[in-house]
Amino acid sequence: MINFTLKQLSALLAQKQLSSVELTQAYLERVARLNPGLNVFVTVDADKSLAQARAADALLAAGKAQPLTGIPLAHKDIFCAKGWRTTCGSKMLANFISPYDAHVVEKLNAAGAVILGKTNMDEFAMGSSTETCFFGPVKNPWDRTRVPGGSSGGSAAAVAARMAPAAIGTDTGGSIRQPAALTGICGLKPTYGVVSRYGMIAYASSLDQGGPMARSAEDLALLLNAMAGFDARDSTSLERPAEDYARLLAAPAAAKLPLGGLRIGVPKEYFGAGLDSDVAAAVEAALAQFEQLGAKRVAISLPNAALSVPAYYVIAPAEASSNLSRFDGVRYGYRAPEYGDLADMYAKSRAQGFGAEVKRRILIGTYVLSHGYYDAYYLKAQKIRRLIAQDFAAAYRQCDLIMGPTSPSVAFALGAKVADPVQMYLIDIYTVAANLAGLPAMSIPCGFGEGGLPVGLQLAGNYFAEAQMLAAAHQYQLATDWHLRQPAGTE
Amino acid sequence: MDWEVVIGIETHAQLSTVSKIFSGAATQFGAAPNVQACAVDIALPGVLPVLNRGAVERAIRFGLAVGGPEVISRRSVFARKNYFYPDLPKGYQISQYELPIVTGGIVKIQTEGGEKTVRLTRAHLEEDAGKSLHEDFHGMSGIDLNRAGTPLLEIVTEPDMRGAEEAVAYAKALHALVRWIGICDGNMQEGSFRCDANVSVRRPGAPLGTRREIKNLNSFRFLQQAIEYEVRWQIETLQDGGSIQQATVLFDPDKGETRMMRTKEDAHDYRYFPDPDLLPLVISDATIEQIRSELPELPQAKRERYQREFGLPSAYAVSLTQSIEVASYFEATVAAAGSDNAKPAANWILGELAGALNSTGIDIGASPMSSKQLAGLLLRMRDNTISGKMAKDVFDAMWAGEGDADSIIERRGLRQISDAGELEKIVDGVLAANQKSVEEYRAGKEKAFNALVGQAMKATKGKGNPAQINEILKKKLAG
Repeated sequence: MINFTLKQLSALLAQKQLSSVELTQAYLERVARLNPGLNVFVTVDADKSLAQARAADALLAAGKAQPLTGIPLAHKDIFCAKGWRTTCGSKMLANFISPYDAHVVEKLNAAGAVILGKTNMDEFAMGSSTETCFFGPVKNPWDRTRVPGGSSGGSAAAVAARMAPAAIGTDTGGSIRQPAALTGICGLKPTYGVVSRYGMIAYASSLDQGGPMARSAEDLALLLNAMAGFDARDSTSLERPAEDYARLLAAPAAAKLPLGGLRIGVPKEYFGAGLDSDVAAAVEAALAQFEQLGAKRVAISLPNAALSVPAYYVIAPAEASSNLSRFDGVRYGYRAPEYGDLADMYAKSRAQGFGAEVKRRILIGTYVLSHGYYDAYYLKAQKIRRLIAQDFAAAYRQCDLIMGPTSPSVAFALGAKVADPVQMYLIDIYTVAANLAGLPAMSIPCGFGEGGLPVGLQLAGNYFAEAQMLAAAHQYQLATDWHLRQPAGTE
Repeated sequence: MDWEVVIGIETHAQLSTVSKIFSGAATQFGAAPNVQACAVDIALPGVLPVLNRGAVERAIRFGLAVGGPEVISRRSVFARKNYFYPDLPKGYQISQYELPIVTGGIVKIQTEGGEKTVRLTRAHLEEDAGKSLHEDFHGMSGIDLNRAGTPLLEIVTEPDMRGAEEAVAYAKALHALVRWIGICDGNMQEGSFRCDANVSVRRPGAPLGTRREIKNLNSFRFLQQAIEYEVRWQIETLQDGGSIQQATVLFDPDKGETRMMRTKEDAHDYRYFPDPDLLPLVISDATIEQIRSELPELPQAKRERYQREFGLPSAYAVSLTQSIEVASYFEATVAAAGSDNAKPAANWILGELAGALNSTGIDIGASPMSSKQLAGLLLRMRDNTISGKMAKDVFDAMWAGEGDADSIIERRGLRQISDAGELEKIVDGVLAANQKSVEEYRAGKEKAFNALVGQAMKATKGKGNPAQINEILKKKLAG
C-alpha cells in the first residue's frame, strides 16, 4: 500500500477497498515507527487526523468524494492550520496554535484530504538543509548521516520514507525542488501567484510560493489541482480560470514519439564549475532520455545566472527582516521570561526566540534596507531581478522548457556546511532564478550519484507552463523508474 | 527687527470607511478594546493585507477636490515603514512613501488680507496604529488594536502659512472640505482629524529657518495656542543668541507650552521599501471620471455661484459655504422661498439661526427649525403679513417648536395691519391725542416724529405696518 500513487489510493478509496481511517492509521503507524530516527514530523495529532479520516469516509460513503478525499498529506509546518500547533521550525512559535487555516489548508480540507501531521523545516524556511530548525535536523532517509535538503526537508523526507503518500511545501529559493532532488522525490514550485500565500508564514513575500511534493508528476498534478486557485485575501494571487494540471499527461495518440516537437533549452551556465560530476552524468543521461522520447535539445544561455544567488540573498533577507518584525513577544509567540524595559523585552525575546541563521538574515536584510545602502543593495538587486527575468524571456523564445541539475551535488553530510553560510547559499545556484522571475519549476529524480544518493533533474517552464512541465516529466517517468525507488530501511 | 513665521501643516484625516484599510474589521469609534481587531490587524503569522477600495475612492475624491484629475497618480505604491512599537502589530506601518496617490493641489483660505492659496505637497494613504494604554494596568501597559489599520489620508502642505491665524484658517478650510466631500467625519475629539504643525521663523527674505514639528493637535484652539507659543519661544531663543535644533515637540494644553519629544538625532531609520504583499495601486481615467461625476459641487464653486446667482456679498458666500450642511440649509431655504429671498435667507441663517444654534450647541443638520419653516417666515415678511419685529417673535416661536410661521401668526394674531383706512383712523387718533408732539415736529424737531410713530405702533399693539404708518403720518403732518 505504501507504494501506491495518489491516483491508485484514490481509486481504492472510491471502490471501498480501503477506508480513509485504515489508510491514515497505516501511515500514522509508519510515522510512529520511523520518526524517531528521521525527525521528519514536528507535530502529529492522531485524534485530529482520524477525525478528518472519518469525515472523509462519510463523504466517500455518500458518493461525494473528490480525487483527494480520504488521502493523508504531510504539511510543512509553515502552513497555518486551525487548532494545530504551527511552529515554522522556530522556538519563537513553538507553542503557537493557529486559530485559522491557510488558504491551501482550507482547500485541501475542502477536498477531503486528511492532515497527517506537520513536518519539520528550516527555521522560518531559512536554510537549504533542514538543519536550522529548533526541533533538530531532519535525516535523509537514503543515508541518515546526510541532510535531506531544505527548507521543506521534512516534507521531502516524509514522502521519500513513505511516511506520507504526498506532502505540501513552500519554495522561496528552491525549498521544494532542492530537498525533492536530495531525497529522490518530485516537487513543483508553481508560477508566483498560482497558489495563495494566505496563511503561509511569510519568509520573503515576493518569492514565496507553496507547491506539491510527491512521488510522481501525475501525483503533483493531482495535488496542484487542489491547491491552486484565486484567493481574494492574497493581493498577489492571480485571478484566472481554473485549469486541470493533469490535462496534458496523456500523450496524443497520433504522436510517434510522446515528446516530439518539444524543445528543451539547456543553459550552458548550469553545467560549469561547481557542478559535481556524478550529478552532471545523471542529468546528461536524463537529457538523452528526453531526446529519445522525441524532444530536441537546444543550447541556450542565461547570462545573468551567476548573479541570481547574490540578488536573492539581498532581496529575501530584506523582505524577511520586515516580515519577521511581528514576532516581538507582545501578542503571541515566545517572550523572554525576564526583561527590563520595552526595548529589553524586544531584544531578549528575539535574541532567545530566533536561531542563528534567522538572525543572520534579519541582520543582512536590515542592513541592505538601511539609509544610504538601499540603492546600492536592494535597488540594485531588484534591477538584477529584472535582468534575470529578461534572460528567461529571451530563452523561452528559443525553447519550451529549460532543464538542468536541481542542485550541484547530492545530499551532503549533516553539519558539513553549517559553519560556512556562503557555501550553503551557493547550493541554491540553479533554483533561485525561477523564484526571482516568478516562473514555475520542478524537480524529478533522474538517477543516483555518489554514495547511492538521488540526483534531481530540474524542469523549468514559462509562466503558467505547469501542465506542460508535468506532461514532459510524466512521459519521462513512464519510460524510467527512478521515481519508484525506495530508500533502504524504510520498508 | 521683524520676524517672519513659516508654517507647514500635516493632517491625518481618518477616512470614513466602514472597514479598515487592509482588513474587513470595523472602524467604529469607542468599541471595547480589541473587539475590532481581526487576524490581519493583530498580525497573526501568515496573514496578508488587501486594500480597501473605499479608502482609495475617498483619496481620489480628495484629489479631485484640491486639484482635479491631474494631481491623482495613475500609479502609486505602498511601502513599509519599519519600526518596533507594541501598538504597531506588524512591526511596520503600511504607508505610501515615494509614490503617493495625490501629488500637488491647493486649498484656498480666507485671511484678513483676503483669499490666500495654500499649496499641497502631497496626500497619501496609510494605516493608523493601535493605542497604548498606560493607566489602570498596575505598572504594565495595555494595547488596544481597534484603531490599528484604520485608513488615514495624510495631507501635507508646502510651508505657505505665515502665522497661527493662517494655519488655523487652513485647518478649518481643510476640515470643512474633507467633511464636504464626505471622506472624513471630522470629529476632532475622537481623533478623526489631527494636525501636526511644522513651525520656523526667519528674517524676511532670509532662507527658511530650522523647523520644529508640533505633533497631534486635535483642536483648532490648541493649534493656534501651540503655534503662538512655539513662535514666541523660537524668536526669544534666537534673540537670546541661541539656535533652533530640528525636533519634534508636543503641546501641553494645560501649561500652554510645547515640550521636546525627540531631536533629529533620535530619528529612526524606517528602512522604507515597497510592500511586496501589495501590488502597485493603478487607477484608471475611467475610475477618476466616475468618481468626479458623483462629487458634490465644491465650496469654491458654490461661493462663486452664490455671488453670481443671488448677488450675495463675498463674506456671505464664504460664511454660507463653511460647511456642506450650512450650504444645503441655505439652498433648501431659497428653493422654498424663492431666489428673491436669497439675501434675507442668508441674513436669517447667518444671524438669528446661527445665534440660536450656537447658544444651544446644536448642529445645523439637527436644527429644530427646518429650512422649510424658515422659508415660510421669509414669505410672510415679503408679502407684508408680518413686520421684521414680529418676524423675530415668530422665529422664536418656531425655534421653541410651536409649528410653522403661518400657524403661529394665526394663533397669536400677529397679522400686520396694512389696511390703509384702519391705519388712517388710528393715526388720526394719535395726532389728536399728541398735539404737543405735532407742534414740536412742525417746529423742526425731527425726534417728535419718531415719538408719533411709536404711539401709532402702540395703538396697533405693534401690528401696524410700520412703513405704512410712516407714510400716513408724513402725509397728515404735511397737510
